[in-house]
Amino acid sequence: MTASDIINALAPLVPNASFEEASSVDFATIYVPAPRLVETCRALRDADGLRFTTIIEITAADYLPRQPRFEVVYHLLSISRRARVRLKVRVGEGDALPTVQGIWKGAGWLEREVWDMFGIVFDGHPDLRRLLMPEDWEGHPARKDYPVQIHKTAQTYEPLEVSENEFRANIERDRVKRAH
Amino acid sequence: MAELRTETMTVNMGPQHPSTHGVLRLVLELDGEVIQSVMPTIGYLHTGIEKTAEQKKWQQVIPLVERMDYLGAQSNSLAYAMAVEKLLGLEMPGRVKDIRVLIAELQRIASHLIWLGTHAMEIGAVSMLFYAIRERELLLNINELIAGFRFFPSYIRIGGLREDLPRGFHESVNAFLDRFPAKIDEFEGLLTKNDIFRRRTQGVGVITQDDAMNWGLVGPILRATGSDYDVRRYFPYLGYETYTFNIPTASEGDVYARYRVRIAEMRESVKICKQAISRITPSGVWACDDPRVVPPPKDKVYSEMEALIQHFLIYSQGFTVPAGEAYVPIEGPRGEHGTYIVSDGTNRPWRVKMRAPSFMAIQSLPAVVRGGLIADVVAVIGSTDVVMGDCDR
Repeated sequence: MTASDIINALAPLVPNASFEEASSVDFATIYVPAPRLVETCRALRDADGLRFTTIIEITAADYLPRQPRFEVVYHLLSISRRARVRLKVRVGEGDALPTVQGIWKGAGWLEREVWDMFGIVFDGHPDLRRLLMPEDWEGHPARKDYPVQIHKTAQTYEPLEVSENEFRANIERDRVKRAH
Repeated sequence: MAELRTETMTVNMGPQHPSTHGVLRLVLELDGEVIQSVMPTIGYLHTGIEKTAEQKKWQQVIPLVERMDYLGAQSNSLAYAMAVEKLLGLEMPGRVKDIRVLIAELQRIASHLIWLGTHAMEIGAVSMLFYAIRERELLLNINELIAGFRFFPSYIRIGGLREDLPRGFHESVNAFLDRFPAKIDEFEGLLTKNDIFRRRTQGVGVITQDDAMNWGLVGPILRATGSDYDVRRYFPYLGYETYTFNIPTASEGDVYARYRVRIAEMRESVKICKQAISRITPSGVWACDDPRVVPPPKDKVYSEMEALIQHFLIYSQGFTVPAGEAYVPIEGPRGEHGTYIVSDGTNRPWRVKMRAPSFMAIQSLPAVVRGGLIADVVAVIGSTDVVMGDCDR
């Protein structure tokens, strides 16, 4: 299935959307406008000639300094049609995308990972929390402007630290208790 | 009379629980022994490999990606190398493809052996682990033979293989292939009709085919629900269409069905390995003949100036990959392993992303185990064959 086949099949289902065919070396690649994403995905999943019932991957790439800087990439698989498609959505800094978790359950964590790594917000996502990074992490490490060669100690909770005096005081206190 | 008050109990499982296959943490909400909800927490093994890869040259990424799914190391590097080769437009010679098929299938057997041993051990058949590890040892010896490294051989390179096969390779592989089918019979004799094992696994952790597709669980989990989707059959690569083998399936979608699918897969892998080893000549080409990527042979480096320059360039600057993007899927031991790479035309990757089957499997875990017993969690985790290195990357 080529990109133009898929765009032609989508045209009646998602009216007035401007899909854009992109060149690729592997399989059909289509740029989808962000506001029409959910409609497009639902059509891709349910339309008879398409049946992209499986979500393979959602990820993103940061093309800094290009604007808009991010591209979110959706890889879909149609087992019954033996076809794959790549959807790409251009996202700027601070822009949000609609979640597709209502279409493929498996999209939930994939979108969480994209938020965790790139800071791209998915509107309507029920549980947009840190996934791979610790909950109190600052920044989004897969961004190109996130520093790499830094020596930063991992932000974790402080271990219990007891000074020598406190330690001795504790011992003394316990000793008194035991004498009773 | 005072009203009887009941409440659910929250139990923390992991991250150091022995049956969570690495460091997976589950917060279980229990009503007696029945699971009300599960909240998995991952990320304990996150090492930022994808970010690190952006700082490396293309060829230097191979040892990194092998450390993601550490039980199926060479599936990672195969998917990565094939993705880069796709962007470079390289076509591998037949012998390289055959060796890669052989290595990929041996890797699948090695990974399935660890799955079999640990899965059975967690359910209570402790001795299974020793039988499985004993066979896997032979496969690690083959890795040591080809690359001097048992776990992460980095033998598959962009443009072909690291070097030619060593002497004694065919003997080692054939010895393993001759011995192994009888060992699978032995494993099955211990488990397949074992009443305890069947009671622990049949009807447990059932997932329907539609759900498996929806959760993105392509691989043995989907094949245990009746689908015959296998990347090797649906999107053949490395000439898999020229091999004779079956795609094992089962229809029940439970833990026992996944067990039967993986056991049958090992038998099919042996079939493929036998065909591959009969095609591979003991010596011959081990890389494509593209001078951009593959360094010239050593005797030419010592005698010709151009070859010396080429050698120096490849090992100092690396090679550049045309701008673009590629996603190449392969059928790994845990399901569809894929690598998505983006190149900006330089000698370092712009973005590397591995599709992790374990990530998807753990995501679906709450839906699969809800309503089951707490002991079933261990059986289900074992049957999904998750590797946390693959999940967290």
